[in-house]
Amino acid sequence: MSVFRQLRAIPTLMKVGFAEAVAYRGEMAVWVLATTMPFVMLSLWSAVAAGSPVVGTAKTWSSASFVGYFLAMFIVRQLIASWAAWEINFEVRQGTLSMRLLRPIHPIVSYAAANLAYMPMRLMVTMPVVIGLLLSSGGDTLPRDWRVWVLWCLSMLGGWAITFFVNVAIGALALFMESSTKLMDAWLAGFFIFSGYMFPLDLFPPWLKWASTWLPFRFQIGLPVELMTGVHSFEAGLGLLAQQWAWALLFMSVAIALWNTGVRRFQAFGG
Amino acid sequence: MIEVQALKKHYQVHKRPPGVAAAIRSLFKRKYETVKAVDGIEFSIQPGERVGFLGPNGAGKTTTLKVLAGLLYASEGGVTVEGYVPQRRQPEFLKKIMLVMGQKQQLMWDLPPNETFELNRAIFEVPREVYTRRLKTLTELLELGDLTQKPTRQLSLGERMKCELAAALIHGPKVLFLDEPTIGLDVSMQVSMRDFIRRYNEQEGATLMLTSHYMDDVAALCPRVIVIDKGQLSFDGKLEDLVQKVRPEKQIRFRFSKPVPREAIEALGTVVSYEPAEAKIRLAYDRVNDSVGRALASLPVQDLNVENPPLEEVMSELFARSRAERAAASATGSKPELAA
Repeated sequence: MSVFRQLRAIPTLMKVGFAEAVAYRGEMAVWVLATTMPFVMLSLWSAVAAGSPVVGTAKTWSSASFVGYFLAMFIVRQLIASWAAWEINFEVRQGTLSMRLLRPIHPIVSYAAANLAYMPMRLMVTMPVVIGLLLSSGGDTLPRDWRVWVLWCLSMLGGWAITFFVNVAIGALALFMESSTKLMDAWLAGFFIFSGYMFPLDLFPPWLKWASTWLPFRFQIGLPVELMTGVHSFEAGLGLLAQQWAWALLFMSVAIALWNTGVRRFQAFGG
Repeated sequence: MIEVQALKKHYQVHKRPPGVAAAIRSLFKRKYETVKAVDGIEFSIQPGERVGFLGPNGAGKTTTLKVLAGLLYASEGGVTVEGYVPQRRQPEFLKKIMLVMGQKQQLMWDLPPNETFELNRAIFEVPREVYTRRLKTLTELLELGDLTQKPTRQLSLGERMKCELAAALIHGPKVLFLDEPTIGLDVSMQVSMRDFIRRYNEQEGATLMLTSHYMDDVAALCPRVIVIDKGQLSFDGKLEDLVQKVRPEKQIRFRFSKPVPREAIEALGTVVSYEPAEAKIRLAYDRVNDSVGRALASLPVQDLNVENPPLEEVMSELFARSRAERAAASATGSKPELAA
């Protein structure tokens, strides 16, 4: 099936994926409650900054700047999420990947559509936060240059692409080593420290901040947050976006190569 | 058409004894064993044929089906299905085949089967009018009613299997691999599934390859059987030829209007079971006419029934024989003869 023909099936894949996402109302409520880490960090850092402003390498952080940062973080985190690694691991171990392989559409495309199908629900959750961000900051922290917003949209796509292809690459390793969820845990450890999820990278000592610019984690989530909170000019953002998409293309190549090699080793256990 | 030539599928399996010490040892040194799931089999199946693929547990049936469906890569040998090499998994190939596994499902657990049907319509690129027509036919034949609107998780096993079959056929596959399609179903559901599969084969001219431990499935559906054991073929031919070859005999069940002494029954053949008003004998094929004639002439026969020996017994005997042949062959270094 050509790429164009695969794309034609995506609306139905996403429609069905959305139906799956809203199948359990109770679970949906729990899921919303489970995404509160940025709010926890917001309270923590705001309290710290209320005592005395926190000095970073580039700027001084007040309570208000932490509020803006972590609300932006919440929005970005919701919209770049992917869980394909766990899904692939489960399907490889249970043998249910077989049913996916019998369909004339590349499994990576169907995993992507299934993940993206949750976006409308995630948008519904993030909208009140967007309104909260605007009300709390009066729009002061948001960039005024519309071109930065274009970069932000592209950086969201890039952040999602990195997250998704890392998930697929690590998931595909299950085809070689039977289970790779622990590798995903290791990746997440790096993500929590170097992405800006727990604290702004500006608070790192200079050498660690420099190191984080050479790691992919910042480009998953930190860059879109930085663009959204007006840290970068259009010109600086453009350079960072190029770096981000280089990471995305690298992980896409690795994921596809691992998948195509790994699927030859698939043993279709069970049944 | 399905062509299989010298197909081998070997696995490396990690083995270790139970216990903590063995678990720790396996961290540093692992023992692997090569499992010959399929070991050099050959056969071909013509378009529209219905073939039973039989064998005991672990014989290599499902592995072969998975290779034919493109899920597994062969270790050695050549396979083509409808002119395609399955392991390439070209979309045109996938649109022509389907593998239905009784123990695996493609229906989405949390959604009604209709959603899976719609998804398959889009993915397999079935034109809307063809889809509507086919779904209507499948709904009627499988008596799906409003089952397709209930979440899959709320359906019974039989209802789910019917919906699975509908989902598998929505794109009208020309080759159907059925792996234990009636497993876990009650008797009436098994019968209706068999009827449906036979009708699909007749109406669509689809090639059908079936594995099942229920010999009734095989007897009802498959004029030809291929038997595999320990990864090697031990029979390929007509079902009746298999029965004749392994058990060249028939069974006759008599019911009498008056009690008959055992000696009178023994004169007709080997007694399998005896009661004064009912008996069952076993005898060679060529003696059936003679024995029936004598019984009707000399005994108060109310009813009689000439049967093949139970297929389960035939298969069990075949497996025992092929194991013995293989053991003898490995002792002498010769190749066991394929009974065909």
